[in-house]
Amino acid sequence: MNKPSSAGAPPRRAIDIVNASLKRRYARERRFRLIGLTAVVMGLLFVALLFADIIGKGHTAFQQTYIQLPLTFDAGLIDPKGTRDPETLRSANYNALIRAALRDVYPDVTERRDIRALGSMFSVGAPSQLRDRILANPDLIGTTQEVWLLADDDIDMLIKGYIDRDLPESERRVKDRTVEWVERLEAEGRIEKRFNTIFFTHGTSREPELAGIAGALMGTFYTLVLTLLLSFPIGVGAAVYLEEFAPRNRWTDLIEVNINNLAAVPSVIFGLLGLAVFIGLFGVPRSTPLVASLVLSLMTLPIMIIASRAALKSVPPSIREAALGVGASPLQTQFHHVLPLAMPGMLTGAIIGMAHALGETAPLLMIGMIAFIVDIPSGFTDAATVLPVQIFLWADSPERAFVERTSAAIMVLLAFLILMNLAAVLLRRRFERRW
Amino acid sequence: MSTTVEAMGQRVGAMSAAELSSRPDSRATVGDVTVANPRMVCREVDVWYGSKQAIKGVSLDIGKNEVVSMIGPSGCGKSTFLRCLNRMNDTIDGCRVEGSIQLDGQDIYDKGLDPVPLRAQVGMVFQKPNPFPKSIYENVAYGPRIHGLTNNKAELDALVEASLRKAGLWNEVKDRLDQPGTGLSGGQQQRLCIARTIAVSPEVILMDEPCSALDPIATAIVEELIDELRANYSIAIVTHSMQQAARVSQRTAYFHMGDLIEVGETNEIFTNPRHKLTEDYITGRFG
Ligand SMILES: Nc1ncnc2c1ncn2[C@@H]1O[C@H](COP(=O)(O)OP(=O)(O)O)[C@@H](O)[C@H]1O
Ligand SMILES: [Mg+2]
Repeated sequence: MNKPSSAGAPPRRAIDIVNASLKRRYARERRFRLIGLTAVVMGLLFVALLFADIIGKGHTAFQQTYIQLPLTFDAGLIDPKGTRDPETLRSANYNALIRAALRDVYPDVTERRDIRALGSMFSVGAPSQLRDRILANPDLIGTTQEVWLLADDDIDMLIKGYIDRDLPESERRVKDRTVEWVERLEAEGRIEKRFNTIFFTHGTSREPELAGIAGALMGTFYTLVLTLLLSFPIGVGAAVYLEEFAPRNRWTDLIEVNINNLAAVPSVIFGLLGLAVFIGLFGVPRSTPLVASLVLSLMTLPIMIIASRAALKSVPPSIREAALGVGASPLQTQFHHVLPLAMPGMLTGAIIGMAHALGETAPLLMIGMIAFIVDIPSGFTDAATVLPVQIFLWADSPERAFVERTSAAIMVLLAFLILMNLAAVLLRRRFERRW
Repeated sequence: MSTTVEAMGQRVGAMSAAELSSRPDSRATVGDVTVANPRMVCREVDVWYGSKQAIKGVSLDIGKNEVVSMIGPSGCGKSTFLRCLNRMNDTIDGCRVEGSIQLDGQDIYDKGLDPVPLRAQVGMVFQKPNPFPKSIYENVAYGPRIHGLTNNKAELDALVEASLRKAGLWNEVKDRLDQPGTGLSGGQQQRLCIARTIAVSPEVILMDEPCSALDPIATAIVEELIDELRANYSIAIVTHSMQQAARVSQRTAYFHMGDLIEVGETNEIFTNPRHKLTEDYITGRFG
């Protein structure tokens, strides 16, 4: 190998050539690693930025401002006849109670305009707050209590610092005298920020302080459950048939191509299809979880089929041969051996499909989920909206207080997405080391 | 059909060795493909993968209580032929089998014949050990359970034990029957697969290079096992090791590019091959 050449020049050994190029090769490797690292860091940075922005904007929505007021539950106003009839109690004018209380606390405010301004420090939901208390405990009638009442969203924004008190009055939503009142209340300890339960227990509302995501959450829940029930069995069935039983011919090729294409169709198209077919043709009630899940099933089905087929493909053929070899029928082979092994992959695909469906907005706008629905849905055929559409609607609202609620709703949506993806990862971990 | 094959065998047998070696291109089978008491009878079997022919007019018998080994260079169609014998090729798209293959006088490619019970009669052990990712017990019990071979748990337990004993694995695994079969060593896994196969009481066992993934010690154990199994089963084994063929089989068939070149007593084939191609292969000049 190392014979001296006849020319007399010392022969170059291969290892010398290798060594000479080594430095260059390592440099290239380092460069490549650096580029990769930069890409990862950039990606993480953007995610961190997104989270920081959303959490920074949204975390305040989990608190809500309340104002304390010494309030007399005047029997003459609530229940003049003293019957304690719930119907009477329900229809009483609780707004008048608040006005009377304000007259007592601010006797110096007499101008009509100022009285109105004073009253609008409280949410339009404050009277119903009082009504609920009376309905729960009629014994309060006739007594005087210190009550905490829901503040208006402008006051809430002022307290949370989103409204700059140093701005000239004409550029501010809250007038100077209101700021004065608020500062006095603050000094007296009559203003408090409490955990915002309304956000989690109420449907949406035109008033930000009364708007919650419960309606959208329930809508999302019903929609996703039905989507899963529809698309998982169909998806798995289709995948098993195509992967394990269907003959390979022109037709199955065509089906395969179309499934892959379907996965790439823009989701709005599915919405239009749903509008035309499910609502137009079959008369499924619009803006319900039922029609939403039909549309989302169409959308997730290709994802589900592709993931399930990949899961089936990853089951080693030797397992099928082993089962067939001892005389299992093709169906037994599937149900006893292949499906259990493919199930984690299929479930992962299902969860990812569901996560897709969870975040989907565009097709749902087409089938009326954008309607303004205050009631919390309690079934598959109740009018409902879903979380991402709710976010879309709130993001469109002009009130400052909806900005933080939008971000808070995004936080909830992201939390669900992360949970679902975590479940997918855990599922994979849990079952992967089976063979 | 069998008469023509016999006639052909006689004609070939009548050729002198000199005649044969002067015609190395002849692909007619040399030697007698028949046995006195056959279990499986294959006649003029052709196999195509799509338009490519992998087996060309192969005729071969597998007798009772004998081990037939199939040797030949890789890609010559040994596995393909073996997989015809329990219709495992049905699962391959585009694979077409022609000719006649009989098990105890019954054509296994008959339209009305169900391949599922056939595979219980003709068991198969694969090249790579492929236990189910289930417990050792479940691996062996699976076949009897789906075929309903036992009436209760005690019978099933007894059958599992007997099968594991026959496969020479009982002593090694009797304390951990509930542990995954995939946790065993390669040689143990292969014996587990053999136990799984014999648990359904097949009549014929097909083995496709059962030792190619095993170390020499595990190989020796499996070979010994094959010799013991011969008492009750007919065995067809594909092997790439001529030593193994010589050790375990009574008859040997040499395949070459889809043709069955030569069949004979194992001793004869290895000491006195009659076809030029066989000779080249076993003397190592080829393959
Ligand atoms: N599933 C298949 N599809 C197409 N061709 C195949 C398939 N399996 C085997 N073949 C071809 O058939 C021939 C015989 O293969 P095989 O029986 O596996 O050979 P051996 O087992 O003797 O090595 C080879 O040429 C191989 O390429
Ligand atoms: Mg092979």
